[in-house]
Amino acid sequence: MDESAAESDPLKILIADDSDSDRLILKTMLNRLGHQVLDAADGQEAVALFRSGAPDIVLLDARMPAMDGMEAAREIKRLAGERLVPLVFITSLSDAEDLARCLEAGGDGFLSKPYNRVMIKAKVNAFNRMRLMHQALSDQRDLMHERNRQLLEEQHVARRVFDNVAHTGCLNAPNIRYHGSPLSVFSGDVLFASPRPAGGMLIFTGDFTGHGLPAAIGAMPIAETFYGMASKGFDGSDILQEINQKLVRILPKDMFCCGAMVEADFAQNQLRVWNGGLPDGWLVRSSAANYRLPSRHLPLGILNADQFNAEMEAIRTRPGDRLLLMTDGVLECSNEKGQFFGEQGVRRAVEDLGSARHPFDTLMAGIRRFTGRKKFGDDLTLCCLEMVDEAGLVTLAEGAAPSTLAGPTEWKCVYEIQGSTLGEFSPLPLMLHICMEVPGLRRKSGEIYTLLSELYNNALEHGVLELPSDWKYTPEGFGRYYSERSTRLCEVSGHYIRFSFHHEPMQWGGRLKVVCEDSGQGFDFQNHPVLQATEMAQSGPRYSGRGLVLLKRLAESIRFHEQGNRVEIAYDWYF
Amino acid sequence: MVDKPHLDEEALAELQDVMENEFPTLIQTYLNDSKERIEGLKAAMDGGDADAFAKTAHSFKGSCINIGAPRLGALCREAETAGQNERLGEVPPVLDAIQEEFQQVTDALNRLMAQGLEPERKQ
Repeated sequence: MDESAAESDPLKILIADDSDSDRLILKTMLNRLGHQVLDAADGQEAVALFRSGAPDIVLLDARMPAMDGMEAAREIKRLAGERLVPLVFITSLSDAEDLARCLEAGGDGFLSKPYNRVMIKAKVNAFNRMRLMHQALSDQRDLMHERNRQLLEEQHVARRVFDNVAHTGCLNAPNIRYHGSPLSVFSGDVLFASPRPAGGMLIFTGDFTGHGLPAAIGAMPIAETFYGMASKGFDGSDILQEINQKLVRILPKDMFCCGAMVEADFAQNQLRVWNGGLPDGWLVRSSAANYRLPSRHLPLGILNADQFNAEMEAIRTRPGDRLLLMTDGVLECSNEKGQFFGEQGVRRAVEDLGSARHPFDTLMAGIRRFTGRKKFGDDLTLCCLEMVDEAGLVTLAEGAAPSTLAGPTEWKCVYEIQGSTLGEFSPLPLMLHICMEVPGLRRKSGEIYTLLSELYNNALEHGVLELPSDWKYTPEGFGRYYSERSTRLCEVSGHYIRFSFHHEPMQWGGRLKVVCEDSGQGFDFQNHPVLQATEMAQSGPRYSGRGLVLLKRLAESIRFHEQGNRVEIAYDWYF
Repeated sequence: MVDKPHLDEEALAELQDVMENEFPTLIQTYLNDSKERIEGLKAAMDGGDADAFAKTAHSFKGSCINIGAPRLGALCREAETAGQNERLGEVPPVLDAIQEEFQQVTDALNRLMAQGLEPERKQ
């Protein structure tokens, strides 16, 4: 709106005076100035005209019959509400108290008799400027309120989308405890947990540089990638590489994400951990000294794929061991003196643990005591994972009922990986994906994944790499097993692992046959204790007792051929 | 009181300028209005209503000032003060004076109108 033009715009002016001649003079003067005039002979009429005519300015005689000017003024101001309608008393009053009463009734000024053209023009202009300024201020205020409301609404919508993508996964599992205190609608921290198709869990916690929308935007692809890949059976390293690459591509240079990935295998009692830029994680153990898991990597979103190292540290655990992960917010909690809780605070809390207390409670209590507050300032995420037997039971829910679309029912497929690819690539997600095209198998993704990963890992670790499985059962051997595994994987050549799939429809549903062959030495399956006895025996030289028992339990049949380097299983599914 | 003229020529000239051909209507309106006010003042005096007397005198004063009849305005002010002070006993001579002055104003205005209209008649 052009202000100068607005100032000279004709106004609608309400005048009220019980003197006919005075009203006629004033009305004529205002008309001559180009304004539209509504005229009333008493207070009541003035209020009615104000209601129906919505004038811009009101000129009101203080003394009138029917409703006196003061009373009319109060009513008009009440009707105007937030709108500023300048109200000017026409008066020949000279008593200070009378004039003061006019102002108290809501008057914005006076106009005295006798009327003077110049004075009336100047007054109307002055009050109109005041009106326009107030209007501009209210408009700006309303605009600001509206913008703010829009912003909040957008944030809420975004939050809903964000929560749908970055849902809490299996954070409600009984062996996970966590705390997150977002500073605004979006916190810069993320915490995701997902069960793995073959049992076990993946947990990712991250801390973005910054807060609010920019941090949330970066968190979305991480959530998408994490949950998508985890449910397809990818392992922590694969997901870390993907997340890193994605963040390198989308984030501006000064933005990155400190994070930690944890892969928990409850059946094997093993944790694999990667920490890039987060404070030390702590493994709180009942039977051994606590184990510190410091950051060994740069945060995600900095290094290019060829420089990025996603190797995870493997740690043997026992049921009851608890892993604590936290973001910077924990260390940056400050007390009244401005001191930080810091690494010392965490270390003290972890070391002071009585056997009865949960480390999560102890640390949270420590932070509360230190800050003297129930609420914390910065983004603060703390997560505690407990190694338990039962947690293995948290698997992906059986998917929806099989689609009415038949999908592929009769098919064959051979997939073979060779040479150095064996050391660099896991074929499991791809093979799982192929099998999941069959609707009847989709509900059984956990079992299929378990079958495939058992077959593949045995072929790779024991067949191709010739690692003895009994190493894993002593603390020294455990470390040796995994360092040897990495070493041998780098040197592998001339080997292959071949999977042959054959699916056919059956009266009851369908049958999937899988043959897994490897180029290794094989093993003496004739004398393997699990294959001879029905009950589980101790581990053998090639298939560990557990792996073989799992295969026997899930598959309809299992047969070994040649020197034991060709395994054939049949898996039946039912309508 | 005597120092104020019956009519303020300057004010009337300005009004004439503002009102243009509505000036006769304004004068007629004022004269009719004023007759009613004088009746109102009489009624209030007879009824012993000092408040109504003061209010009517106040309004009358305002229109007199606006029309350019300062002496009548001053008399109205006197009447208003008497009403405000609830001394209706002092009112009859003031009211007489108002009536007398109003007659003067009426005559003067009629004369002015006759003069003012003359040039038009000549056309």
